[in-house]
Amino acid sequence: MQFTGRRNKFGTNLQTELYLQPLQFYGQPPLENISLSEFETFAVERLKLLKTVENLGVSYVKQSEQYKQKLEKELKNLNFSYRPDAVDKDNKESSKKPPQNGPSELEKRRKDHISHFILRLAYCQTEDLRRWFIQQEVDLFRYRFNELQPIQKLEFLHKNNLQYDAISVEEKKNLKDNLVSSSYAVSGIKVELEEFYKVPFQDALDLVRTRKVYLKDGFAYIPHQDIVTIVLNDFRTRLSKALALTARSLPAVHSDERLQPLLNHLSHAYVGQDYSIQKNVGKISLEQIDSLSGKSFPLCMRKLHQALRENHHLRHGGRMQYGLFLKGIGLSLEQALQFWRMEFTRGKVDADKFDKAYAYSIRHMFGKEGKRTDYTPYSCMKVILSNPPSQGDYHGCPFRHSEPELLKQKLQFYKVSPSGVSQIMELVKGMHYQLACQKYFELTHNVEDTSFSLSHPNQYFLESQKLLGGGKDIKREADTPQRSQENSAPRGSSAADASEHLAETTEDLDAFFVDV
Amino acid sequence: MPSSDYDPACLPDLLPLYYRRLFPFSQYHRWLNYGGVQKNYFQNREFSFTLKDDIYVRYQSFNTQNELEKEMQRMNPYKIDIGAVYSHRPNQHNTVKSGSFQALEKELVFDIDMTDYDDVRSCCSAADICARCWTLMTIAVRVLDRALREDFGFRHLLWVYSGRRGVHCWVCDEAARKLSAAARSAVAEYLSLVKGGEETVKKVVLSDPIHPFIKESLAVVEHYFPQYALQQQDLLSRKDSVDKVLALVPEDVKKELQMRFQNEKRPEIRWKLIEDQAHKKQSTAKKGQHFEKEIMLQYCYPRLDVNVSKGVNHLLKSPFSVHPKTGRVSVPIDLRELDKFDPFAVPTISLICEELDRPKAGEEEEEKPEDATEREDERDAAEKRKIRAYKRTSLAKYVKHFDQFLDALARSRKGELLRQSDLQKEF
Repeated sequence: MQFTGRRNKFGTNLQTELYLQPLQFYGQPPLENISLSEFETFAVERLKLLKTVENLGVSYVKQSEQYKQKLEKELKNLNFSYRPDAVDKDNKESSKKPPQNGPSELEKRRKDHISHFILRLAYCQTEDLRRWFIQQEVDLFRYRFNELQPIQKLEFLHKNNLQYDAISVEEKKNLKDNLVSSSYAVSGIKVELEEFYKVPFQDALDLVRTRKVYLKDGFAYIPHQDIVTIVLNDFRTRLSKALALTARSLPAVHSDERLQPLLNHLSHAYVGQDYSIQKNVGKISLEQIDSLSGKSFPLCMRKLHQALRENHHLRHGGRMQYGLFLKGIGLSLEQALQFWRMEFTRGKVDADKFDKAYAYSIRHMFGKEGKRTDYTPYSCMKVILSNPPSQGDYHGCPFRHSEPELLKQKLQFYKVSPSGVSQIMELVKGMHYQLACQKYFELTHNVEDTSFSLSHPNQYFLESQKLLGGGKDIKREADTPQRSQENSAPRGSSAADASEHLAETTEDLDAFFVDV
Repeated sequence: MPSSDYDPACLPDLLPLYYRRLFPFSQYHRWLNYGGVQKNYFQNREFSFTLKDDIYVRYQSFNTQNELEKEMQRMNPYKIDIGAVYSHRPNQHNTVKSGSFQALEKELVFDIDMTDYDDVRSCCSAADICARCWTLMTIAVRVLDRALREDFGFRHLLWVYSGRRGVHCWVCDEAARKLSAAARSAVAEYLSLVKGGEETVKKVVLSDPIHPFIKESLAVVEHYFPQYALQQQDLLSRKDSVDKVLALVPEDVKKELQMRFQNEKRPEIRWKLIEDQAHKKQSTAKKGQHFEKEIMLQYCYPRLDVNVSKGVNHLLKSPFSVHPKTGRVSVPIDLRELDKFDPFAVPTISLICEELDRPKAGEEEEEKPEDATEREDERDAAEKRKIRAYKRTSLAKYVKHFDQFLDALARSRKGELLRQSDLQKEF
């Protein structure tokens, strides 16, 4: 990856040609020189865009009208290309969209291209970062691909050498019934009109996962309308390989002291606050937990706490989610060990078995074993999206993973007013789980409108403690994670002239993540 | 019950004998070497041992079958797990630069554990199993085996009894071993129908159209359901379990059924009533009303531990490892006799060690031809005796099945090589 080379603003002819296409696979890195400040702005704005993609994916059904509208608006706000047909129009009738209104479509595409490659540098370093980056880029790509006109789609496939084998009319006839009952949108008549492509199932994982395609003998039979899945799969694979390659050449980039602090900061930003900073360690006693769980725990943690007290046991998923939360609110390792041992030994586990089978994983959580990673408490996004609970599990998000009827009963039991219950249930129905949780917070804390936007169980706890005025110490801690994060970038930087400007941009970035 | 013979306290005394004379090392190595097609496939495989007092040793690896044999006879592990094939020798993982030591390949594995069915079994709970609930495992094997073969096109599936309360599946096809983590999780999710934890009442929700995979799976479940659920589990006889079933149907149907059930106690007829209601709903309502199917699936459909299947580097208990609690050997299951498979008839380590000490009886005639060859080649006598030792025990038929499985793997490898060289000739 290099940004050296031609001085020309639009690089080589190749580059210009690249920007004539509304969408690209990011196969070629940009080869032009850019200023440091442009580098930073591009990176920060793309990160904002990806963060938005992530948030929209949680709040709305992907590809629903609302999702598309909001994403389009965001693309417009951040000056990323959002109109697949815009280049032609710009060239032909400049009167319709005068350039003084902002950058031209070509410039937006250039920005899209360059910013993508900058973030590759920042997000290739760990498995976690790569996974996050790929997911958001793939979602963004899906949106853009779906916005293309049919003819543009074909053009795209052609330009990128993506060819798939269509099955014969004969084969289609034989498989007709199975093809019809494998896809929501394909009816009997449509089967005859539509092309079906036969690809190894590994190339259509998203359709396989959701059982939206017919599978036979290792092959997936994909209707033309779903071709975006194979393209996305291809995109994902290429991006994943490219990130692995980028990671290898990273030391060279890191030797540039102007870039390193920025890249590091960018990669830290995606999680927002991580609530792992524990200056309040030991400020909570084990005796307080029961009462705190009723007053200041979010429902997910309250549920886990109850399940633990009742069953004297929690399965792995629950231990991780609850254990890290407790660590985040200030339990020390010794306290945590004592807490879990006390509860587990009340059940079927004796002290000896606990020390052998469970103590390790608790020390592990505190980074004292294995890879020695100091694990951070799970965010709402993580709780909602990853590792859904199965039989015997109590973890997960109650707003996401509970039967609506049970959730309703539980809310009533916790003395939420009928109108409150119905407000919450309405949010749940619209899949706004974090908003539902925030509503629950407002109702149980008697506040009209909370000033924060809920994204983390530990944030819930801190905000609740702030309001209840419980424990002055904890209150003070509420602000620290954020502050220390703001400081982290300049501290790591030795390049004096870059750092001032850097601090500005990154502070802006922090503010953005606190908002969302 | 033969398991009463086994006393966990004796395990340290029995294991040396087991690893010295009974463990089928040659087949084991033949399996994991996969014909030696890929370089270092066996050498870069992770094994992990659980020793006495739950001491857990990861990242073991061995250059040869002989080295593996010696080490296992020295350590006498209580439990053996198999992990992934890595980019480097696992026992040297600390010497390579961090990040470059990576899990590359592993069999696609599935783990089905009876504890995950606790909300739908009335006979036992947690680690206990009985002949009645074992049907759930039979169903699981039938459903998954069909899907993995017909839908995903895999051929080499090794089904193994876990030694206590579940079954494992090792999909050994080359394509399966090469699957990425994302592909493994997609396969596992394709195969998962029962979703939700303790807070979810209705764990299976079907929508129109019903996917061919679900139709096929339903056919399997329907075959076992009347006998298993209605007869053996008393699904529609006991009050509490009737209530649980009725919680899964729409409100109006529930009222109707509650009324009818008052005059009708026979479970088969009660089930018939539920089916009738479902058919009635399906003919009138526009949207999918599949509650009778959903009930069957919720009570019988296989419950996978998805996390085991997802990770390339996830460890799984090895075949022929002994379960320390029950003493039973983790043996391959012959699907041709799946319906007759009885977990309580699986030999324990104490049983086979005892059989080894018994005077040879009734085996003379069977052994004769081999005795003849043995005389011809005295040097291999010791080796042969070891190979033969398990043949005198109840382990024999399971090893034989394992042999058949390995032969099939070898045959398809050969076929693949032929095909490739044919292709080359064309050019």
